[in-house]
Amino acid sequence: MSALLPLATLASSLITAAVIFMLPEQAVRTRTALNLGAALVKLVLVLWMARGLVAGETYAVEFPVVPGLGFVLHVDELGLTFAALSSILWLFTTMYAIGYLEGSPNRRRFFGFFSLCVASTIGISLAGNLFTLLIFYEVLTLSTYPLVAHRGTPQALAAATVYLRYTLTAGLVLMVGMVALHVVAGDLRFGQQETLARLADGQEALLIGLFWVLLLGFGVKAALVPLHGWLPRAMVAPAPVSALLHAVAVVKAGAFGIVRLVYDIYGIGFSAALGVLDGLVVIASVTIVYGSVRALAQQELKPRLAFSTVSQVSYIVLGIGLFGPLGTIAALAHLLHQGLMKVTLFFCAGNYAEELGIHRIDELDGVGRRMPLSSLAFTIGALGMIGMPPVAGFITKWTLGLGAVQADMPWVIAVLIASTLLNAAYFLPILNRLWFRRGPAQGIGTWPDERPPSRFETSAWLLVPALATALLSLLAGMLAGLPFSPLQWATRVVQQTYQVIPL
Amino acid sequence: MNPTSFHVLWLLCAPPALGLLTLVRPPRHGALVLLAGLPLPLVALWLLLGLDTGPLAGQLALGPLLLHWRLDGLAALLWLLTMVLLLASALYAAGYARAAPLDARAYAWLWPLLGGLATGLGLIWIAADLLLLYAGLELMGLCAVGMLLLPGSVAALTAGLRYLLFALVGSLTWLLGIALLLGAWGRLDLAGLAAVAQPDPVTAIAVALLASGLLLKASIFPLHGWLVPVHGSAWTPVSAIHGALVVKASFFILLLLWRLLLPDAIAGALALGALGSLAVLWGGVQAWRAAGLKELVAWSTVGQLGYLMLAFPLLAGTGAAVAALAWQATWLQLAGHALAKSAMFMAAGNLLLATGATRLEGLTGTSRRLPLSLLTFGLAAVTLMGLPPSAGFTAKWLWLQASLAAGQWAWVAVLGLGTLLSAAYVFRVLRCSFVEDAPEPVLRGLPLGMELVALALALAAIGLGLAAAWPLALLPPVSVP
Repeated sequence: MSALLPLATLASSLITAAVIFMLPEQAVRTRTALNLGAALVKLVLVLWMARGLVAGETYAVEFPVVPGLGFVLHVDELGLTFAALSSILWLFTTMYAIGYLEGSPNRRRFFGFFSLCVASTIGISLAGNLFTLLIFYEVLTLSTYPLVAHRGTPQALAAATVYLRYTLTAGLVLMVGMVALHVVAGDLRFGQQETLARLADGQEALLIGLFWVLLLGFGVKAALVPLHGWLPRAMVAPAPVSALLHAVAVVKAGAFGIVRLVYDIYGIGFSAALGVLDGLVVIASVTIVYGSVRALAQQELKPRLAFSTVSQVSYIVLGIGLFGPLGTIAALAHLLHQGLMKVTLFFCAGNYAEELGIHRIDELDGVGRRMPLSSLAFTIGALGMIGMPPVAGFITKWTLGLGAVQADMPWVIAVLIASTLLNAAYFLPILNRLWFRRGPAQGIGTWPDERPPSRFETSAWLLVPALATALLSLLAGMLAGLPFSPLQWATRVVQQTYQVIPL
Repeated sequence: MNPTSFHVLWLLCAPPALGLLTLVRPPRHGALVLLAGLPLPLVALWLLLGLDTGPLAGQLALGPLLLHWRLDGLAALLWLLTMVLLLASALYAAGYARAAPLDARAYAWLWPLLGGLATGLGLIWIAADLLLLYAGLELMGLCAVGMLLLPGSVAALTAGLRYLLFALVGSLTWLLGIALLLGAWGRLDLAGLAAVAQPDPVTAIAVALLASGLLLKASIFPLHGWLVPVHGSAWTPVSAIHGALVVKASFFILLLLWRLLLPDAIAGALALGALGSLAVLWGGVQAWRAAGLKELVAWSTVGQLGYLMLAFPLLAGTGAAVAALAWQATWLQLAGHALAKSAMFMAAGNLLLATGATRLEGLTGTSRRLPLSLLTFGLAAVTLMGLPPSAGFTAKWLWLQASLAAGQWAWVAVLGLGTLLSAAYVFRVLRCSFVEDAPEPVLRGLPLGMELVALALALAAIGLGLAAAWPLALLPPVSVP
């Protein structure tokens, strides 16, 4: 048993944050080197732990905070899934942010809190009990506030305030729920779901109530309808922040919390026995359809992507709610898939805004000719969201469909079809404009705010991350059969942790 | 070598001696005295660690008077906290005198007053005797008033004299209470009183008198009126130590006496809890509405003191498990708030001194230009809001756990509302600091030490949340009647 690796993983971004706060604002090169170096180190550490976990090692840290309550870091397959996602995407998002914010003020503050934000996602993923999870969950709230408010404009500050109202209230609800659960059942470690099932006699009503209280707490960050109001407004943040918020940090932390709640606290069998999963499926279905419908109505690119996130993250919740191994696999795989695809889309949206000043969808005519590589990446991401093979999103939807059949909930397939049609309805027009409409690139009109042309279609710092994540989402779909693909890893989590053999 | 009563006496006398030394030869001896004061927290720590064989107790004969004292884990922990905070304030004050225009004569008087305050607080922590408690309380109160009068401005004098008036009224009711107890039971040492005193009407009236005096001195709602004006005009290091320790000492005495004399007075305990709840809400609302930064921080003290009052209903008439939780929560909350509040006063003082502003609107753009002060303010605020990881958070967890386990649901709502209100006023400040398109005032440079002292205290409040197991293990277990 090793305590060093989880602590080192956590420290890699915590120390980075502290050092960045101490560096002067002008130390751009040092900061860049530090950011990228730490991101690489963390990625290596996480992969190392994944290798060790497969080889049967255990990694855990534990110390008591007050009598009967411990700070616990415990590495398991599920946590490592989220940790891997955040460390891979941190690397690309950091690269992107370096390019995106070049020459703008307050970069020290930005990158300091950026690192803190990633440190808290790592903490969330490695947390071994609810108390530790809550600690990092709230640190995440605090460290994202300065990122959302970064621009300092009235809109940014208003959006950040709304964000806080939602997340702090949710954090409070979560805390009350967790303390209540603690009073009922003591310090629950993840992976000991039998404890609650054994307690259940005569306390079902209380436990069901607490489940919904905790879900309410996690549901705000996971942007479940009707708790999603903060997410579209937070779009005023700079593009790398949106990418981080939507793909890795905030919404995923909420979804991950729900995964922990169902699988590790209540246990999937017990949750099903309590009858809370049906409610979860209904909420997820409503969110999926509602998010898509609202996305369709957006005329600007980033808000459309934001509502698309509302919809897509609920696939994870849907997969959890489908009581069965395939649903679980789909949920976990989508945690990774959605992250890769959504981050690609936000990178590209940021590229369009930076390079050409494009914010509205109707300004995208003919961009494919001016910025072919970004548009290619965007197309891959969008097709993945629709669920087109061979991009990763197809794997999710296929497995979810199978899971729905397995769970004997055929109406969920109808939800999937409806959502796919809606996805197509809001993404295909964008692709049509990108590639098939004639625009300023062919001499019709002008771009809203074009930057002077550079060597590539835009800065390499902005282009490379978008291409890399697009490539990864393509590979996650095409190579889904290989051992360390998201699908296979998710299957492994389900087999190892929950002793279920899929199909 | 084990701690003896000689060491206790030394720790009581060293701070005022050092303070007087500075008064004689200011300001050249300032640095030397600070250096000499550095080991004081270490001595307190050594006393604390030396108590593993049991508490230290003794008597002091002054003619016919026999004064009892007793140093247990709680007293030693509080003494350690006192020494740390006093030293931090003194270090901060040295920088403050360089950065702000202070009257040299008044500044020289700060040091003996700080020393006297240390003695007064030390006496309160170790007193096992109503008379000794009274002496400590008066010494502390007079030193506090003296420090608050030091700026010499009209506002400071008005507020300080009003504070003195309130403190005197508090002392009078306290003396009346003591006289009643002495008349009824014939003794003033706490252990003896606890043994002989019955919870009859005389005791109840005496405790009510003592309590009202103490509530006034602790500025518990609705007797908090003097607190905010006092902080508005005080020097920052004085505000820091006052908000952190002085008001809490009165709370400490109140809890001590209540547990000894009226452990089963559930209705009274509930009433105190209700006062605390109102304090949380009223302090929060007023802090949210405050126009000036110092007023905001002072109102936040009013609110935060309210949390401590929850100790009364959760300790009285609840089971042993709940009482243990509430006991730990109380002291963790007190220590966390003391560290965070002094850090916050210092950070706020730095922000105001550097920008020359007094109102919140004057802070626009500070997140860029005074990042360290603002970060300190934010870190201190994390504890005040009870967000993790911080002592405030861990304490709030324990409060919630105690309230839920006792089935006293109302406190859950109070804790929740208090959290949201404190977030509202804290983020009002942070929000101002993020505004980019504002005129930039000329900034005054501050000594780095001022920023670092505040930062260290704020980080200590954060760290205490994760390392709470250590002090809580040293805490004597709560006695359940």
